[in-house]
Amino acid sequence: MSSGGLWADVPGLVEMRDLKDEVTVVVEIGELTEAALHLRDQEGFNFLSDITAVDYLGWGEVGVSGYIGTGTNNIAAGRNLNSPMTQGLQVVPLPKPKRFAINYHLLSVSDSPRRLRLQTWVDEGEPVPTVIEIWPTADFHEREAYDLMGIAITGHPNMKRILLDDDWEGHPLRKDYPIGGEPVRFSEER
Amino acid sequence: MKTTAELLATGDVMTVNFGPNHPSTHGVLRLVVDLYGEDVTGLEAVVGYLHTGFEKNMEQKTWWKCITYPERIDYVSFQNNEYVFVAAVEKLLELPVPPKATWMRTLLCELNRIHSHLVWLGTSALELGAISMFWYAFRERDLILDLFELVTGYRMHTRYFQVGGLAEDIPRGFYPEARKFCEWMPKAVDDYETLLTRNKIWLERTEGIGLLSAPDAIALGQSGPVLRASGVEWDLRRVEPYLAYHQVDFDVPVFPEGDVYARYRVHMQEMRESVRIVEQCLDRLENMEGDPWISDDRKVVLPPRHELHTSMESLIHHFKIVTEGFRVPEGEVYVAIESPRGELGCYICSEGGPKPWRVKFRAPSFVALEATATMMQDALIADMIAIVGSLDTVMGEVDR
Repeated sequence: MSSGGLWADVPGLVEMRDLKDEVTVVVEIGELTEAALHLRDQEGFNFLSDITAVDYLGWGEVGVSGYIGTGTNNIAAGRNLNSPMTQGLQVVPLPKPKRFAINYHLLSVSDSPRRLRLQTWVDEGEPVPTVIEIWPTADFHEREAYDLMGIAITGHPNMKRILLDDDWEGHPLRKDYPIGGEPVRFSEER
Repeated sequence: MKTTAELLATGDVMTVNFGPNHPSTHGVLRLVVDLYGEDVTGLEAVVGYLHTGFEKNMEQKTWWKCITYPERIDYVSFQNNEYVFVAAVEKLLELPVPPKATWMRTLLCELNRIHSHLVWLGTSALELGAISMFWYAFRERDLILDLFELVTGYRMHTRYFQVGGLAEDIPRGFYPEARKFCEWMPKAVDDYETLLTRNKIWLERTEGIGLLSAPDAIALGQSGPVLRASGVEWDLRRVEPYLAYHQVDFDVPVFPEGDVYARYRVHMQEMRESVRIVEQCLDRLENMEGDPWISDDRKVVLPPRHELHTSMESLIHHFKIVTEGFRVPEGEVYVAIESPRGELGCYICSEGGPKPWRVKFRAPSFVALEATATMMQDALIADMIAIVGSLDTVMGEVDR
């Protein structure tokens, strides 16, 4: 976990991680566009594989195994004997800086192929500049990030829902969206 | 040819809804098409009709139960999808897999590639009027499904890959049957090519249609046969070898034309190459009789069935893995493989518990639909069918 090193000249660099043979470069949200341009033009990452948004709401709030208790938000409270599948974690996960992480999985289609994860962190409602000018394939991926995760992408020419109906309420992949929480369309009790 | 603005000014541009339920849209795809007479002047793909929330569902299930989901995402190349998820979990666990399982996975992924290409060939040719192709392609597809049934008990959605290896040993009698298939399949591909490759109608419907240049293909994130038909030699089995692909001999077919015909040629060549890989896997597997087919890490892998009757510890491990699931260390990984449709990626993030925190699939079909508008330059409405067909999209994978 060093900051800099090989990627020191990426604009807005926060930290660089090299775990499980995968390099992650974390940048400030304010300099995302500059960092993306730098990675494409100077480092040769000409192919955007995927954009994945992750919601870390409630991360690390599960109890630690070994303790027995009934608390829900206290990490030391541990396992709730009254509900199954709460055996807890073995270690407390590392805290995350903000609620949402947006991962841009980059690939260099060239003679020296390599991959990189460009990561940036935002809070609820914080605007994320589009990268559609840099990698045109970002179009559908950004619409999906908005649709399912509610990431506020700015500057996208056609920002509307892609997988769900245009009048859908909420963003289902968020952690506070319950499973089975979709509206029932043709219910008998209206 | 008039520009788009001039066409719109004529007032003769008509917007037509093509789908979501139309026999030649490969599932439930809706295309909103602007037409000036027969010319396509604008196109937008509207997707989401098959969205079932696989990714959300997987967050609620243990890692063990999740394996059944990816194969239902792309129901035509189920084993490749199953593999990419299992491989991602294994990467996070840093769990080694025995060689027999690696070779068998390679073999099944390649059989699955042939299966997927046959479904593509049959349906795409059917849409362009070559009805008999459909019956020929599905005849061989059935032979492959018989092989899957022999190994796994299921014809589709086999759930044969387990975290750590295979769910069961390879049954006796599989190798001779697979050999028979390998002998038959190249002849079948010859048959298909006699019907289509120099067929005048086929050539007129496909040559020079749906052009996509190499820089456009890369910018639009295209992968797999579409990218290789645009002249880019790019196959993840070659550039980032996974499974046993660095130990087998195969060619990567590349055609520079970038049209529908080139995509057809790539698919045909790939079927031949896949048969070669299957044969090489069989050569290795036939000498591995009695080898372990799954890792022996009892924290992740179920104990052998016979131990449950004699060993208390095995019974406890079995019970714990089935009810609570195994834990996967905290972290995030992105694993990409070459599925029949292109780069299939799986991103998983774990909190350290028995369920995934987040699972995301990079679906090649989803990305392929982004290229439709670019390929539709100067296309007629009839070409549109050929172009959308040539992208080999599976709507289950697009909508997830």
